Amino acid sequence: MENLNGYLIVSAILFSIGTIGVLTRKNAIVIFMCVELMLNAVNLTFVALSRHLGNLDGQVFVFFVMTVAAAEAAVGLALMIAFYNNRETIDVTDMNSLKW
Amino acid sequence: MDMITFPTIDMTPILPEIYLSLLAMALLLINVFMPGRQKGYLGYISFVGVVAIAVMTASGWGIEVSSFSGSVIQDKFAIFFKIIFLLSAGLSILLSDQYMEREGCNHGELYPLILFTVVGMMLMACGTDLMTIFLGLEVMSVSLYILAGFNRANIKSNESGLKYFLLGAFSTGFLLYGMALTYGATGTTRIFGISGQLSQMAAPAANIMLLAGMLLMITGFAFKIAAAPFHMWTPDVYEGAPTPMTAFMSAGPKAAGFAAAIRILVISFPALQPDWSQLFWILAVLTMTIGNITALRQDNIKRMLAYSSIAHAGYALVGFAAGNETGVAGVLFYMLSYAFMNIGAFAIVILIAKKGETNGTVQDFAGFAFKRPLLAAVMSLFLFSLAGMPPTAGFIGKFYLFSGAVQQGYVWLAIIGVINSAVSVYYYLRVMVFMYMKNPSEEFEWATVTAPVALALIISAAGSIILGVVPSYVMQFAQQAAKLI
Repeated sequence: MENLNGYLIVSAILFSIGTIGVLTRKNAIVIFMCVELMLNAVNLTFVALSRHLGNLDGQVFVFFVMTVAAAEAAVGLALMIAFYNNRETIDVTDMNSLKW
Repeated sequence: MDMITFPTIDMTPILPEIYLSLLAMALLLINVFMPGRQKGYLGYISFVGVVAIAVMTASGWGIEVSSFSGSVIQDKFAIFFKIIFLLSAGLSILLSDQYMEREGCNHGELYPLILFTVVGMMLMACGTDLMTIFLGLEVMSVSLYILAGFNRANIKSNESGLKYFLLGAFSTGFLLYGMALTYGATGTTRIFGISGQLSQMAAPAANIMLLAGMLLMITGFAFKIAAAPFHMWTPDVYEGAPTPMTAFMSAGPKAAGFAAAIRILVISFPALQPDWSQLFWILAVLTMTIGNITALRQDNIKRMLAYSSIAHAGYALVGFAAGNETGVAGVLFYMLSYAFMNIGAFAIVILIAKKGETNGTVQDFAGFAFKRPLLAAVMSLFLFSLAGMPPTAGFIGKFYLFSGAVQQGYVWLAIIGVINSAVSVYYYLRVMVFMYMKNPSEEFEWATVTAPVALALIISAAGSIILGVVPSYVMQFAQQAAKLI
């Protein structure tokens, strides 16, 4: 594949956008979406590298990552609902009952 | 149509995981189908199961099996860590019933979740493929997020679970990106394969992709073991989580993070050891110092123990930075002793706290020794051990860690470690001063000690003493386990 670097650069940019989003956003759901963006940037890296190297390990890895991301989403959203039930907000700046 | 013939697979390395998963799923079913709200007996079943599986795991000592085409391995290193995980899970299960009953959240799902966490940790310790290790790490983390937020009605527990989830998932991203880049640089995810590729490279230290991959993986693991500067989540999560789960989190998952990080770095990246050794040198100093200095200022006992657990991760990193057999054996031994002494200390914290944890400061220990001399003596033992005084497990553990560093020529690292250890004596002894030298501020009924908590206290006290007085017996196992390559 001639254009490996292009894919790697795109996924690096996506990963950085996700990281910056996690660090700057205040809404827990948006932060979680940014985490998902990071994971999918990694998936893109895996798939591109897998094609470039000509072995399937990377693509198998992507299936594991997707499964894990789904499980994480289920648990994470449940935790957010529990928090919302008590505080009626999911803004991380309101997570202040424990000293930061 | 042709029958699909399955290859013969040796299940031995993951038999403990299989049995634990089956036990956990059976408990979930029992929880649903048995009537009644009191599900304390699930705790007894899981404790017996954990003990049985620990015996089974230990019986595999010395039998080295690798299967699933090199994704999992049963070796002494994995078995030693599996015993640590099962020990910390067993002790936390013993502590859970009384605490959860008091907090009114004694739901039956607790025990299966603890067992699933152990399954994940075990996969991390026995995985020899980045995929297996990642999967184990996530099984562990996802269960732990729920355990941290287990007390749904309690705002602190909610917050603890949510913070742990957001930062845990964030760190997973880094770890995974590191794994992807390592895969790109070497073309394999097997950790023995990676070391094979590295040995063929002319200059692995000049390969940017490989270096970035290793650094990102180290970042991910540093989050999981709460090493500074990636420790910010620890105090909040540990303070808000139900106390038995805090005890569990500080012992088991931390050890699992070390297990996976040691296996990946020592086996896959020996060619880059000078580089990662330097990095861990810095991480160890930062972690020890930040943990101890901030612990000095804490009044809340759970928060103090959280910072102290950061400091202890720092001590273990000293042995890791050394990266030699003594250092790694020291990490193994230290993680085992830490499980005993830290879970023991948290057991006393559980007995001190009132419903809803409205108290729980160091001041609440005032006069404890007059009311409950025996419990105060046991607490003092744990605190002495955490502070690293002879003849306790903590002293011997630190001795091995620091001597590993000295052997490797990191004399200054060992000196900084000893200074830190001296600093930590202040905040541990402060609790003892309150227990033995202050009068109780108000009349307050101490919680009664139920049989499971008493058993947990006896096991942890015995462990803290035995590992300190006759360490050589356990140390020889740790030394055998540390012979990784």
